[in-house]
Amino acid sequence: MTEKLANIIRGGSFLTEDVELDRVFTPEDFTEEHKMIAKTTEDYVQNEVLPVVENLENHEFDHSVRLLKKAGELGLLAADVPEEYEGLGLDKVTSAIIAEKMSVAGGFSITHGAHVGIGSLPIVLFGNEEQKQQYLPKLASGELIAAYALTEPGSGSDALGAKTVAKLNVEGTHYVLNGEKQWITNAGFADVFVVYAKIDGDKFSAFIVERNYPGVSVGAEEKKMGIKSSSTRTLILEDVKVPVENLLGEVGRGHIIAFNILNIGRYKLGVGSIGGSKRALELAISYTNQRQQFNTPISSFNLTKEKLSTMASKLYATESLIYRTVGYFEDRMGQLSEEEQKDGKAIAASIAEYAIECSINKVFGTETLDYIADEAVQLHGGYGFMQEYEVERIYRDSRINRIFEGTNEINRFIIPGTFLKKAMKGELPLLQQAQSLQQELLMLMPEEISDEPLAQEKYLVKNSKKIALLAAGLAAQKYGPKLDVEQELLVNIANIANQLFAMESTVLRTEKAIARDGLDKASQKLLYTQIFCQEAFEEIEKEAKETIITAVDGDNARMMLSALRKLTRNNPYNVIAKKREASVKLIAAEKFVV
Amino acid sequence: MNIFVLVKRTFDTEEKIVVTGGAIQEDGAEFIINPYDEYAIEEAIQVRDAQGGEVTVVTLGGEDAEKQLRTALAMGADKAVLINTEDDLDELDQFSAAYILAEYLKDKEADLILGGNVAIDGGSGQVGPRVAELLGINYVTTITKLEIDGKTVKIVRDVEGDSEVLEAELPLLVTAQQGLNEPRYPSLPGIMKAKKKPLEELELDDLDIDEDDVKAKTTTVEIYLPAQKVAGRVLEGDLSDQVKELVSLLHSEAKVV
Repeated sequence: MTEKLANIIRGGSFLTEDVELDRVFTPEDFTEEHKMIAKTTEDYVQNEVLPVVENLENHEFDHSVRLLKKAGELGLLAADVPEEYEGLGLDKVTSAIIAEKMSVAGGFSITHGAHVGIGSLPIVLFGNEEQKQQYLPKLASGELIAAYALTEPGSGSDALGAKTVAKLNVEGTHYVLNGEKQWITNAGFADVFVVYAKIDGDKFSAFIVERNYPGVSVGAEEKKMGIKSSSTRTLILEDVKVPVENLLGEVGRGHIIAFNILNIGRYKLGVGSIGGSKRALELAISYTNQRQQFNTPISSFNLTKEKLSTMASKLYATESLIYRTVGYFEDRMGQLSEEEQKDGKAIAASIAEYAIECSINKVFGTETLDYIADEAVQLHGGYGFMQEYEVERIYRDSRINRIFEGTNEINRFIIPGTFLKKAMKGELPLLQQAQSLQQELLMLMPEEISDEPLAQEKYLVKNSKKIALLAAGLAAQKYGPKLDVEQELLVNIANIANQLFAMESTVLRTEKAIARDGLDKASQKLLYTQIFCQEAFEEIEKEAKETIITAVDGDNARMMLSALRKLTRNNPYNVIAKKREASVKLIAAEKFVV
Repeated sequence: MNIFVLVKRTFDTEEKIVVTGGAIQEDGAEFIINPYDEYAIEEAIQVRDAQGGEVTVVTLGGEDAEKQLRTALAMGADKAVLINTEDDLDELDQFSAAYILAEYLKDKEADLILGGNVAIDGGSGQVGPRVAELLGINYVTTITKLEIDGKTVKIVRDVEGDSEVLEAELPLLVTAQQGLNEPRYPSLPGIMKAKKKPLEELELDDLDIDEDDVKAKTTTVEIYLPAQKVAGRVLEGDLSDQVKELVSLLHSEAKVV
């Protein structure tokens, strides 16, 4: 066990350590099977889902049920279900690829994601043998459709404040559930709900509730801004008798399931945002190639080029950091013994390991998607405002992503909070490193940066790690355990960590690509990395400066700011020229290319 | 029933064609199974499921074509054969392809051979008929329906938009036209199973073929893209003047009359 653990990349360790190149998974590492599964998913979306998008958007949910069954036939619901329960038990990369490709379908991808992810996974990961045998084969085939019911009118981010109650009946055979769950995806047609309720009003627990149990009903379809292709309703529970066998996990341990499923949900949302971003960028490029103003395709205007390259380099960073995280999960879950794979605690521990990365995936992915969707509409001009253009729907569909599965604000708080917890537990040598950094900063000498490819970016990453430690260290020093009320600083630190993880992920991916294919073939990747790292580094500098000014006073502040200036000294590129250069391939290919 | 499908790896239909230095740029391009061959594969799988037997997909080309064979296996074909000509031949034409395929097929006792009506790249539509000719069996091209009853095959064939119904006997070679069926997607279980299905690789030597016997008989003189389409022109004025102008333009500008 210890030997195994030593071989695991610790969550959050990107802040304190460097990682070996061959431990980093990149999209270039996809196998032939991965690519074929990607193609099948793409074809499914293209030929089955997109032709009925109008119907789905009009809430004709018979199509959703039919499409899910069709997806079931193709195996697109079975990737995460083990073979012994008639699933396919495929790797985490495969289920990520399915989520990415599915997201082009817009709201229907939320239907799919809620079913295979937050709906089915609680049973896959935390169900007992009987529950798995009873539900998983039918969930994998699409015979049953799943939903997840956590949120309540009064409890969103504060999930544990749920008011839904469960009470064991006198016979001891059933829990009687009462309460209301709000905004439940798939509620219009789901057969099985994973519902959280407090036993006796205080023991937060999870239950598998079937739609046909007496007392289960749903409210009216919500009128939403976007993802209209998905069904969202209130789930109403009135004296619902749930057999005791349907208690999921242990009494009072529902939060373990809820938080870990949220972690997975977050990371899956990140993956989904890649697919949506790619589609929006593709639409933007092809539109700007077609659209002529002043007798010129607008893609040949320099500001268009700037926009396209900025979108693409953010997307490159997002894709790099998210598949890196997917690789961590694959690595970690793959090392679980057969026994551990059936043990909720071991599974929970391996998911929780990457809570920081999951939150970064969610925040970074969804904000990239929002940015790209917004710019894609902008590049469409007035046409982007018209519903007959797909980009209009993408823009509306994108917005919810920053809100659900934990708002991006809550997810930002989680990042420094988890770092501190890990430091206290001794899982990450944050305190030691912060201390030795103090010494180092006193004698910091400017460094020569070579002009080798990626030398500058590696230098920026190295110094970003120091800046992160500096900012977080100063904040922790000043506020101690009261840091959690200094929400602005928490967000600053989270932003530094986000950008750092993204920067390092682009550098590692590009370095790996150069090592494998040579500099020439990796030239586009190098451009994205240079553009992204430079802009991300400026972001880090800004956040660090504000943190220092807030957390330190007087002479000490001047000293720390001077240290920051030393750490941020570098040789910036002419990023405008880099963006013009990067746009050439994008405009020629009319899609995101690396 | 012993069924063979002739498959070609072609450019993705969504790929942009770029010609530089007289050659089509393949760098970074996506490749697919020739769409007409997909109909052939689908039909082969359906015939096998109804009649029993085995489907073998065969292609000519380099290592890269393995991907298309795996896709065919993932759709449901049983076996795949790659005749790798990469090292032996620089150029292949319809003659060489047909010759090699026929040499491979001659002792396989195929009951039914299917191919696409045409490949979307070269577009000659010759390889299928030539193979049948070399094997001395009958062939029917551009089919849209196939029914097998014992040795008898009932076929509907597309003839420039009309349908021709005919009957033939096995062994037979047919080429598939759009409308024959709706090719399935490779399912995820199919994809995972395809990994374990046999994929045999042969070289010309294994078929006792001498390079000189299959030397291309055609030479490619030039490859170029169609001229950029320019905006049309609307003639104005009296109808009779317009006609006169049109005739004069066809004569002087377009030089077609």
